[in-house]
Amino acid sequence: MVRLALLIIARDLRLALRHGSSVTMVVAFFVIVVIMFPFAIGPEQNILQRISVGVIWVAALLSCLLSLDNMFQGDYEDGSLDQFVLSPVPLELVVMAKFIAHWLTSSLPLIIITPLLGILMNLPERGYLPLILTMLVGTPALSFIGGIGASLTVTLRRGGVLLSLLILPLYIPVLIFGVLAVQTSVAGQPATEHILLLGAFTLFSAAIAPWAAAAAIRAGLE
Amino acid sequence: MNDILRGDNLTCIRGDRPVFSDLAFDLPPGRALVLSGPNGSGKSSLMKIIAGLLPAQQGSISFCHDDMLDDILGDRDWISQNICYLAHKNSLKAEMTVAENLDFWAGLEHFDGDIGEKAALIGIDHCLDLPVCYLSSGQARRAALARVLCHPGKIWLLDEPTVGLDSEGVGLLAELMDGHLCGGGRILAATHIGLGLDPQKTGQLNMQDYRSRQQTSPREAPLW
Repeated sequence: MVRLALLIIARDLRLALRHGSSVTMVVAFFVIVVIMFPFAIGPEQNILQRISVGVIWVAALLSCLLSLDNMFQGDYEDGSLDQFVLSPVPLELVVMAKFIAHWLTSSLPLIIITPLLGILMNLPERGYLPLILTMLVGTPALSFIGGIGASLTVTLRRGGVLLSLLILPLYIPVLIFGVLAVQTSVAGQPATEHILLLGAFTLFSAAIAPWAAAAAIRAGLE
Repeated sequence: MNDILRGDNLTCIRGDRPVFSDLAFDLPPGRALVLSGPNGSGKSSLMKIIAGLLPAQQGSISFCHDDMLDDILGDRDWISQNICYLAHKNSLKAEMTVAENLDFWAGLEHFDGDIGEKAALIGIDHCLDLPVCYLSSGQARRAALARVLCHPGKIWLLDEPTVGLDSEGVGLLAELMDGHLCGGGRILAATHIGLGLDPQKTGQLNMQDYRSRQQTSPREAPLW
């Protein structure tokens, strides 16, 4: 079973690399959205420092949305999704593998580039490690929850906007706890409980997303 | 009586439109069944119902095995082991090479034979290292057929398998299908042209015989 999941993950990673532009575009969008804020608000260091964590998190959520559309769309269009449903691999495992591949190709690059944006936004030194840690803990939930939305809208043409409307409200808990965790640790207090809550949310979404998405795909293909 | 794949009383409704009703078929091993009928008569829908991708509003599909009658409609495990479905779409990723595509599906289906050898049977072995997006539509169809050959399932559902193929390709496909039938396989194919199959092994199913009665209004009845 694990071998089959790895096979699907490897295929999706290979597709993302061949398709190159999708990963680069997500990262470029992330960087540009964050860069907009100093221009809009002005070079006031205190204000930038105060909003830095929130801006980076919101930009990460939006960039993640960009690539959600493609999670199942390509496979639906070329008929691969039918074959996945027919294959001996449970559809729940297939979508889980695709969630993981999505996280590796869209969220992981964002996390890697985040320290650079921290400098741009004048993030306090104490904030870097907590920010990266909370992103590592929280962003998988973006792929899981987003995957449910992607599976619901896969059979709709131009379902991208609907997908954003469906999914963004569900991202709010990740945003709240992610930002809160970094801000408390910048203030010098332990942020363990916030990170644990964030982790709980990620695990919860990991537990329900494969079943919800697989059911949505089966219903959508009919 | 043994080992017959049997459909009974099948009815399919897409949206509000009845497509076919009371459809029945028998498919013993080593036999092919060719579905014919005009566009929209439900050839693809019937295949999707058998593959479990569409629900049937009515009816059953069963597999007689050792005098036991197994209802296989929607039985995921049975379907994934026994049925190989070739749809209109080729299920190949344009960015990956033919070999990578075949390797992937063969890996998922636990096929451990030689993929290059299977590709050679349908004459696509010289393109194994080419990305699918460089292939012509006929070559891509051959690659999709190579995927069917790399599938352990013994019941082939082929939806318009010859689309885009040249006459040589159709000939190769006919040989392969004949070999599959001789090996105890079964084929259900939807097509508009002759597949060149041995008539003794081939049954015909004309979808128009099963058009839903609600659909045919009295005005359409022949005047003579």
